[in-house]
Amino acid sequence: MLKAIILIGGPQKGTRFRPLSFEVPKPLFPVAGVPMLQHHIEACVKVPNLKEILLIGFYQPNEELNRFLFNAQQEFKMPIRYLQEFAALGTGGGIYHFRDQILSGSPEAFFVLNADVCSAFPLTEMLNFQKEHGEPNSFVILGTTANRKQSMNYGCIVENEKTNEVLHYVEKPSTFVSDIINCGIYLFNPEIFQHIGAVFQKNQQDMLLEEPTNGWHRAEAIRLEQDIFTSLAGQGKLYVYKTLSFWSQIKSAGSAIYASRLYLNQYHTTHPERLASNKEGGPKITGNVYIHPTANIDPTAVLGPNVSIGTGVTIGAGVRVRESIILHGATLQDQCCVLNSIVGWDSTIGKWSRVEGTPSDPNPNDPFAKIDSETLFRDGKLTPSITILGCNVNIPSEVIILNSIVLPHKDLNRSFKNQIIL
Amino acid sequence: MKALILVGGYGTRLRPLTLSVPKPLVEFCNKPILLHQVEALVKAGVNHVVLAVSYMSELLEREMRVQEQRVSSKTPGPLALARELLNVDNEPFFVLNSDVICDFPFKDLLQFHRGHGKEGTIVVRNHQKYVLYVTLVENKVLKKSTAILLPVQPNKKLPTSIEKEIFPVMAGESHLYAMELQGFWMDIGQPKDFLTGMCMYLHSLRQHAPERLRTGPGFLGNVLVDPTAQIGENCTIGPNVTIGAGVVVEDGVRIKRCTVLKGSRVRSHSWLESCIVGWSSSVGQWVRMENVTVLGEDVIVNDELYLNGANVLPHKSINESVPEPRIIM
Ligand SMILES: Nc1nc2c(ncn2[C@@H]2O[C@H](COP(=O)(O)OP(=O)(O)O)[C@@H](O)[C@H]2O)c(=O)[nH]1
Ligand SMILES: [Mg+2]
Repeated sequence: MLKAIILIGGPQKGTRFRPLSFEVPKPLFPVAGVPMLQHHIEACVKVPNLKEILLIGFYQPNEELNRFLFNAQQEFKMPIRYLQEFAALGTGGGIYHFRDQILSGSPEAFFVLNADVCSAFPLTEMLNFQKEHGEPNSFVILGTTANRKQSMNYGCIVENEKTNEVLHYVEKPSTFVSDIINCGIYLFNPEIFQHIGAVFQKNQQDMLLEEPTNGWHRAEAIRLEQDIFTSLAGQGKLYVYKTLSFWSQIKSAGSAIYASRLYLNQYHTTHPERLASNKEGGPKITGNVYIHPTANIDPTAVLGPNVSIGTGVTIGAGVRVRESIILHGATLQDQCCVLNSIVGWDSTIGKWSRVEGTPSDPNPNDPFAKIDSETLFRDGKLTPSITILGCNVNIPSEVIILNSIVLPHKDLNRSFKNQIIL
Repeated sequence: MKALILVGGYGTRLRPLTLSVPKPLVEFCNKPILLHQVEALVKAGVNHVVLAVSYMSELLEREMRVQEQRVSSKTPGPLALARELLNVDNEPFFVLNSDVICDFPFKDLLQFHRGHGKEGTIVVRNHQKYVLYVTLVENKVLKKSTAILLPVQPNKKLPTSIEKEIFPVMAGESHLYAMELQGFWMDIGQPKDFLTGMCMYLHSLRQHAPERLRTGPGFLGNVLVDPTAQIGENCTIGPNVTIGAGVVVEDGVRIKRCTVLKGSRVRSHSWLESCIVGWSSSVGQWVRMENVTVLGEDVIVNDELYLNGANVLPHKSINESVPEPRIIM
């Protein structure tokens, strides 16, 4: 029997996802029309013999999360539960704290997935790889290739090229280590808890010697990457399975548009029914587009590529939407144009207005390039990014909102460019 | 009666339009600038117009013959050469700058001029600036502040600069009178002022010839549309828009405070404010253009672009947005 654990973090995480994470926990933000986590869950339920999915995080129980869990259980006919940490325990501390829950039913192995990644999740391939290579009780990290410069923003892996054993692991090194990076997707077996347990014991002893300091120093806060992988490397225990399939982090809101593009593209094989097509009386579709069935769209609108339209969205005549996410309840009035933007829940865009951002897509000419989701500001100036309208923002007619971030519940009365509008 | 129109230079300030067509022939409110002046002169009894030109004179000559048979055109070059042409009879004649638009008061001017019996009358639109002129000999303000519609006595010699050499002397000899202009006046020598002048002209049309303005659903304020232009469904045009001959405006377009010159096409769902669209240009779908964007002749703006204050030279195809004002070579 197998299980899967998804690390969903908590409200203090995902700040680069503001203002969208004010309204909904980041792991539930819709990517390609469904909550970010649903892609993880859909991948997990496809793995033969996987019997339970546990979400671990430090969000207070909330309505959105409960509703999501309820719906997912119904849909996938599998127990999917949320386990709440009493504090941020780190990527290793949470699973250690809840090890009894994870081990109940005696799974022989379990996956651990970071919530904020977008991936084809080649989980079955990881299982096969684990069986074919290495030690019987080895652990597997999913790896992918990055370019030299960007690799240093990730966990870097040096492997034995013949055996794929992880020889060195360095989290976000300051100089180049390797272009193989950690995807935040792991296959463990119960033995991992011995290694985390050893760190926990050591932390406890250290704490007795030290003065008690801030919360992060508590013994239970353990990071898988720095505290476990770094010392497991070179011990014949940790292997890397390198994938060529798509992968991206979803840190900033801009990367959500990019991740949507990757998932929409995957729908051709996994969920063709989720892709809109050109139909008599429907809008014109170019490229990959997701439209929720409850959306009301004028047939003269033109949508795509890479557009996701949420529940109850209204789109008027002659509207153009490209490379954007339109969240539920939003209204796009006649002839408006939305490019490279996220339009928040229940927001309205007036006639002939233009809402436009600048994409931060990875360099298309570099197959290993990843999306940069770094700083909002450079040289004291807002770096051109996608435009984000928070929840319930009203854009009047005939204005342009360019490379701007509008916080929730604002009524704008003019054009804005390169600004954060509080 | 005769008139001298100082057409002169290259019209650089009105580029990129004047890279294709000499300034006097650029259509202002669907009529070449020069024709506005010539028609007003003809109405006041002028039957001989002398154009002082230097640049693209052949084109100008050709066009004028075609457009206005009643007046003969000559291309005497330097201003002084015009003297022979003007000095034939002993009548006053009008002198005007070519890039000025107003409710030309030629008849009133002639009457006023005859009334005081001196050598010259200049039309001023701002009394204060006129005072400045009289007290300053070398005055540069004057050039800006006056519409130079000047009947001077033919026996006067004509040097190269009327403003600098004639007016001061005439004023010194108490031979220069000023008549204040009623109504609007605009030097339309640069795009920004061209658009402002258009607003003034259309406003004046509303008062004097409202039947020439287009009204009805989808039209707001003062809008002049050539009868051969086609306007699509669900458009809102105006206020202050001029649409030239053969222009096609597709469905769902919003245009305000713009001039769209003949043969152009504005594709569906676009939004244009304070722009001049040059001859035979094409503006794509969902394009937004604003802030005195000027397209030269035969420019193509591709779909979904944003042009902010772009100055686009003729025969260009634009594939990228221009978010800040810039010249596109
Ligand atoms: N449950 C739990 N999840 C966490 C915690 N810290 C990070 N995560 C999750 O683990 C993943 C990786 O987070 P982190 O290591 O902070 O970010 P990264 O190193 O920039 O990728 C994300 O999906 C986070 O939501 C934590 O303390 N508890
Ligand atoms: Mg990390």
